[in-house]
Amino acid sequence: MAEYAILLYAPIVHEEADDGGAARAEHEQHSKDLQHDGAMIAAFALEPHTVSTSIRGDVITDGPFLETKEVIAGFCIIEASDLDEALKIAGTNPICHQGGGVEVRPVEDWVIPTRPGH
Amino acid sequence: MRASASEVEQAIADAHRREWATVLASTAYTTRDLDVAEECVQEAFVAALEAWTRDGVPNSPGAWLTTVAKRRAVDVVRREVTLRSKIPLLVEPEVTVEADERRELIQTDAEDDVKDERLRLIFLCCHPALAPEAQMALTLRLVCGMSTEDIARLFLVSESAMGARLTRAKQKIATARIALRMPGETEMPDRLGAVLGVIYLLFTTGHTATSGSSLMRPELVDEALHLTNVLRELMPEEREVRGLLALLLVTDARRSSRVGDDGALVRLDAQDRSQWDGLAIAHAGQLVEEGLRGARPGRFVLQAAIALVHAASPSFEATDWHEIVRLYDDLLVAWPSPVVALNRAVAVSKVDGPLVALALVEELESDPRLTGYHYVPAIKADLLRSLGRTDEALVESERALELTRNEAERAFLDAQVRGRGARGE
Repeated sequence: MAEYAILLYAPIVHEEADDGGAARAEHEQHSKDLQHDGAMIAAFALEPHTVSTSIRGDVITDGPFLETKEVIAGFCIIEASDLDEALKIAGTNPICHQGGGVEVRPVEDWVIPTRPGH
Repeated sequence: MRASASEVEQAIADAHRREWATVLASTAYTTRDLDVAEECVQEAFVAALEAWTRDGVPNSPGAWLTTVAKRRAVDVVRREVTLRSKIPLLVEPEVTVEADERRELIQTDAEDDVKDERLRLIFLCCHPALAPEAQMALTLRLVCGMSTEDIARLFLVSESAMGARLTRAKQKIATARIALRMPGETEMPDRLGAVLGVIYLLFTTGHTATSGSSLMRPELVDEALHLTNVLRELMPEEREVRGLLALLLVTDARRSSRVGDDGALVRLDAQDRSQWDGLAIAHAGQLVEEGLRGARPGRFVLQAAIALVHAASPSFEATDWHEIVRLYDDLLVAWPSPVVALNRAVAVSKVDGPLVALALVEELESDPRLTGYHYVPAIKADLLRSLGRTDEALVESERALELTRNEAERAFLDAQVRGRGARGE
């Protein structure tokens, strides 16, 4: 078994589409499914790129690191026995049919500590 | 009983041709380390030279080589594991590796039962997670046993560049854990499609080299044919494998007529059809007939069927273009690619005239997937020329000339631009 990061990419939207929360609901269901299957280790949805800040060396700038048409929307760490299994799980992420896509990258090391008081 | 030097040389050459993939596949499956496996297989061949001269060529050279290669591999892995741990190892007949050892090993699946080890290896080399150049290089190296130097030469890169490409591919396989196993039932259609795509890419690279001075690289064509035959042997029921073989056979049947004596390109409408290999075409015809039986033939069967309509025609003028357009309609459903649509437009021009076809091509021009594809302006130039719009045609020919990197094709287009027409027309 190995750990893989699934990075979610979505196109930059200038106006939030009004779909009555349908897209979000899909992600919540998908998250439940992965947890139920035992594949998920951790998952994080990120705030929009507009509230991102980047640092290069000592220089702090407003905005995402790269100027591209798509930005990272979230990421998820899963466990899978090999790349094919990881790709199969990643391919079911709703972002894939919501106009975005995913990158699947092996994790070299990771830690999610339990913190005292949390 | 000693064997003569030439007998042994021949046996080794034969074994290299026939057994390389099998020996490597078995060894890789045992050691789960591609680099170690490759070295051990090479060493086994070297050992064979001496042993077979001394003791005679064995009845089953493949089995001999596999045994020697695997034995060496087990030794190598044991030695490395011993070096890492200070605890003496128990001697096990099968090498097992600790789950938490950070070795870069390839994944294997103990549960899949495959009749021929080569299949796993082919699917590994052609995994869609690898870049197309990596897929081709890895297949030639691991399945065909071609040397890095030869592969480099065929792709017109330096040996060190090709070596780096192969290393990077193997690193990806190990780090991302691309498994050495048969794809599952649901994955199979896509994964088989990927394998056929790699072989077809090898063939087209050799058949119409995208760069370099000659139109063809016959060694690549031969390897593609060899691989398809191996696949046909390993997966006899797969219609698309049949389709690919048919397509390669009928395309290659035209090999001797495609290039003039001076190395210049000869187009389909000008090729000497008497030079086409009738036997290969007949064989392809049989395969396509089998492939078209049953529902929804795949892209390779349909492409082969189209090529056969050309091959069956006694002359370019007599070609059944209606049938070709019909087949392209089916192909577009199985394979909605703008390149297919472009080729269909050429067929449409023969049935409905160049103006209708020109409209189709102009629609396709804006497809971003066709940016930089030199056949678009080349085809447009032809259509404009048949409509008598020679100035516009010249502009398109010049654009095509800018985009093509193959010398023979450049010469052809250049001649068009200069208004001379290619030799052979």
